[in-house]
Formats: sequence, C-alpha cells, structure tokens
Amino acid sequence: MSKAFRFWGLAPAWALMILTLIVPILIVAGVSVAERGAYGGFDWAFDLTSYRQILFTEGWTDALEFDPKYLWIIARTMLYALTTTVICVALALPVSYFIAQQSARVKIILIYLVTLPFWVSMIVRVYAWLIILGNDGILERVYRLFGGADVSGFLFTSGAMITGMVYSYIPLMVLPVYASVEKIDPALIEASHDLYGSRWVTLRRVILPLTAPGLMAGSILVFVPCLGTVLEPMLLGGGKQLMMGTLIQTQFGGARNWPFGAAIAMVLLAFVVLVLLINARRMPRQSEIGL
Amino acid sequence: MTRYPMTRHHDIRSYPGLGPLSLVFFLWLYLPIVVVVIYSFNDNRLVSVWGGFSGKWYLVALENKALMSALEISLKVAVISTTCATLIALLAAMVLTRAPNLKFRRVSETMVNLPLLLPEIVLAVAVLILFSQLGLTNGLVKLVLAHTAFCTPFAFLPIRARLQGMSLDFEEAARDLYAPPLTAFRRVTLPMILPGVFAGAMTAFVMSMDDFITSNLLNSGGATTLPVYIFSLIRQGTTPELNAISTLLILASLILATLVLILNARAMRRG
Repeated sequence: MSKAFRFWGLAPAWALMILTLIVPILIVAGVSVAERGAYGGFDWAFDLTSYRQILFTEGWTDALEFDPKYLWIIARTMLYALTTTVICVALALPVSYFIAQQSARVKIILIYLVTLPFWVSMIVRVYAWLIILGNDGILERVYRLFGGADVSGFLFTSGAMITGMVYSYIPLMVLPVYASVEKIDPALIEASHDLYGSRWVTLRRVILPLTAPGLMAGSILVFVPCLGTVLEPMLLGGGKQLMMGTLIQTQFGGARNWPFGAAIAMVLLAFVVLVLLINARRMPRQSEIGL
Repeated sequence: MTRYPMTRHHDIRSYPGLGPLSLVFFLWLYLPIVVVVIYSFNDNRLVSVWGGFSGKWYLVALENKALMSALEISLKVAVISTTCATLIALLAAMVLTRAPNLKFRRVSETMVNLPLLLPEIVLAVAVLILFSQLGLTNGLVKLVLAHTAFCTPFAFLPIRARLQGMSLDFEEAARDLYAPPLTAFRRVTLPMILPGVFAGAMTAFVMSMDDFITSNLLNSGGATTLPVYIFSLIRQGTTPELNAISTLLILASLILATLVLILNARAMRRG
C-alpha cells in the first residue's frame, strides 16, 4: 500500500470529523463561557454566568441564591437513564438466555425479530406509545374492559417516558448480552449442577460472571443515548419533566440562551466521557469501536 | 446439545418461566407497531374509536403536499449523505485494515466512530453553532454535512467487518499476477466486500432518513425533513392520517432491514 494512499485514504474521514465534530465541540466549550447576546446568540466575552446559573439564581437583590432547579433536571436525567438501563438488563438477560437455548434456525429468526423494530423510525416508535398510553387510548380501554375504574393519565408521566426509552433502546442491550450468553459452554452449567449448585447459585456464580462483558457493553450502549434523549421526554413526558436533552434543545429554540445551552451540553458531554473512560479502563481489550 | 436424555422439566439449563416471559417480551416489542398499522385503516377521524375498515387515510396522506416535500428533502439529504459517508468509510476502512504498521491506527478508528460515542444532541448543538458562525444559511447543505458525519460510522463498521473477514489470498494472487493496485481493488477486493458496502450504505441511509434530533435543531430555510414534519403533525394531535404515514414508513423500514439481513447472512456464508 503506497504512502500516498495511507494518507489520502484517511484524510477525508479525519477532515470530516475535525470539521463537523472536534472544532464545533471546541466552539461549544467556548460559547459556554461566553456572554449571552442581547438578541439571542452570544457575544465573545469571558463570562461564567452560564455555569453559575446551573447552581444559583439571582434573587431580587442581585444576591446569589442556591437553586437546585437545574440540578434536579440533571439528577432526573441520571435516574431515568439508570432505571431504563436496569430494566433493559432485567429483560435482556432472560430473553437472551431463552434465545440461546433454541435451535440454530430459531435463534437467527428471534434475533432478527429483536433487531427489526430498531429499524423502524424512532419518531414512529415513540408515536405508537402515544396512541397506546394516550387519553382514551388502548391501555385505558383495555383497563376499563376488564372492569377497572375509569382511569386516565398514563401519558405524561415518568412511567410513560421510561417505557418509551426502554422500548427505544432494548435491542442495543439484547444483542451484546445474547452474544455473551450464547458463548457460555453448557458443560460449565452442568458442572455447577454436578457440584450441587442450585439453579440460583448457577445463575449467580456461573452465568452472570460469564455474561458480565455483554451486560457492561449493553449498559453503555443504552445508558449513553438515554442521557441525551429528546423525543421521549417531549412526546411521552409532555415536556413537563425536562431532561438534559430537552433542556439543551429549548435553550437553542424558544428560550434562546445559547451560552446556557452550551454549558448544559458540556456537562452532558462530561458525564458521557466519564462513563466511556471508566468503561475503557475496565475492559481495555473489548473495544470494537476504538475507545 | 445434551449428551443424555433429559426431560424439559429436569433440564438444568432451563429456568422456570423463561418461555412465557420471552413470549410476553416479543408481544410487547411488536404491540406498538401492530397498533399503528391496524389503526391506520380506521375509518373514524378519532384515532382510538374504531369506525370500520377504510384505506382513505392513505389517499389523504399521499395528497398531502407538505408531507411529500418533506419526503423529498429527506430523500435528497439521505442519498447525498449516504454516498459521501460510504465513500469516506470505504477509503478509511481500506487503509485501517490493509496498511501494515499504520501510525495513529487506534486514534483514527476512534475518530471515524466518534459520532457513535457521543450523544447526538451535543453534536447537533455543536454543528448548529458552527454553521451560524460560518454564516451558512443553505438548509440542505447544513443537513448534508451533519448527516454525512453521523452516518459515516454506520457505513464504516460493516465494511471493516467484511474486509477483516475476507482472506488476503485473493488480493495477494492479484498482486502476484501484476495487477495494479486500483485494478486489484476494482476486480478482486470490491466485488468481495460488496455485500458489506451495501449493508453499510443502507444502514447509513436509514439512519439519515430517521434522524430527528439534528434535523430538528437545524430545521430552517425550507429544509424540513420527514421526521421533523411528522413531529409537527404529532404536536397538532394524533390523526388517522398520521397512522397511515407511520405505516408506510414502517413498511419501508421492514423492507430495508430484511434486505440488510439477507446481505449480511450471505456475506457471512461466503466469508
């Protein structure tokens, strides 16, 4: 392979990523410490107001008062992303185990069925839950059919948001977990049984440790996009319960406070990089995508 | 698998309730899709009240001019971005899998995959500010640039997998027979990795067509993409027309997904 091709083959990819990712993120970092412009946008002047705004609010007397409003949004984002990840693990582990026990042909079909909804447009998948959970929607009707009281209000709750998030990202959990479960040597499980390990002990001492790499990979794949998710809180949460993604978006839309939006984006980015670094240290050799 | 006969009940590998749980899981996975498809044939204006079977909402959807122009924008952006992303990914994958002792190999791979690692909303905000600083106003150009960036890793991963999976013997044979590098690539390598290239391109295409976060933030200058338009419809309230549009989209996704799956399966069998 010629020297020239080594360079020119990689140059477009580098140029694209530097131009549309690295430089823009550096600009975001800059904007996050810039001054809010008088008519939206921003002015280049060093100002830490945006970061201070995350923790404090200016009272009537210009004195700073501690205000956990935005901390709550950050905490809620973490909590919902974590809950979604845990539910995905709880679903993916038994389902992957079940799939791994089937014949080779059935395995392929079931894995295809797991991935298929992921190809369907994200907005359509979230919209579908809007119909199911909505006012006078399917869930309310079914509930009434079975003699339940006249309930309403499934939509615009944290439950609706988390349901939507689990539904959106579950294939990203099942695939790596299945890859781990499928590799488990059945002889190990038999050995555990021969040594008088109950099913529970076998699960805890044999299956779970062997599935750990897949669980870890899947958790990263689910947790990271959940941190920045936008559609579920806007449509299923009704925009009432902000998450970091929606908070950032409103700063660049209606609220028009670019420096503050940029500051929140930097906080989000910091969390994601932290998660990725912890993961890279834990399993240095397991990286498929070079981090 | 088991070496001695065991009834299912005594099979130590099985756990009670796995089957039913998995069944419920798959039903849950397909429930929303089935609901949308069924209700798209609902004659009633109200989404949740069944008023008889009808295909009229498909006609309403197909006559919607705003929908069609959004579809046109989405297709334009997706075709151009997919072409650029696939070419960039193919070049990068060739170098990263074939060049011996490459410097910066690891950091280059991270670079290509960077859009996968970072949350999309951050990237969307970043390009929004960049474009506003550059004074770029053409909505289509903005979308194509941003989409090309986040589509590249989706094109890259299947192509790289295919290049890593194929035997090097064929390329060596071509070289032994004095084929110039470009000829060897065109006549030997490319035909062999074509399923991977197609799978990558189609994944990139779907990602571009589906994108909401970036396209919504960059939405300006008459460049409203299909998901952004659908979002604005949802904001106005659920209608059966929306269900018909969704069903058409579901159909398109399922066809593309099945094509990619077949290509992948064929690629694996040959490799």
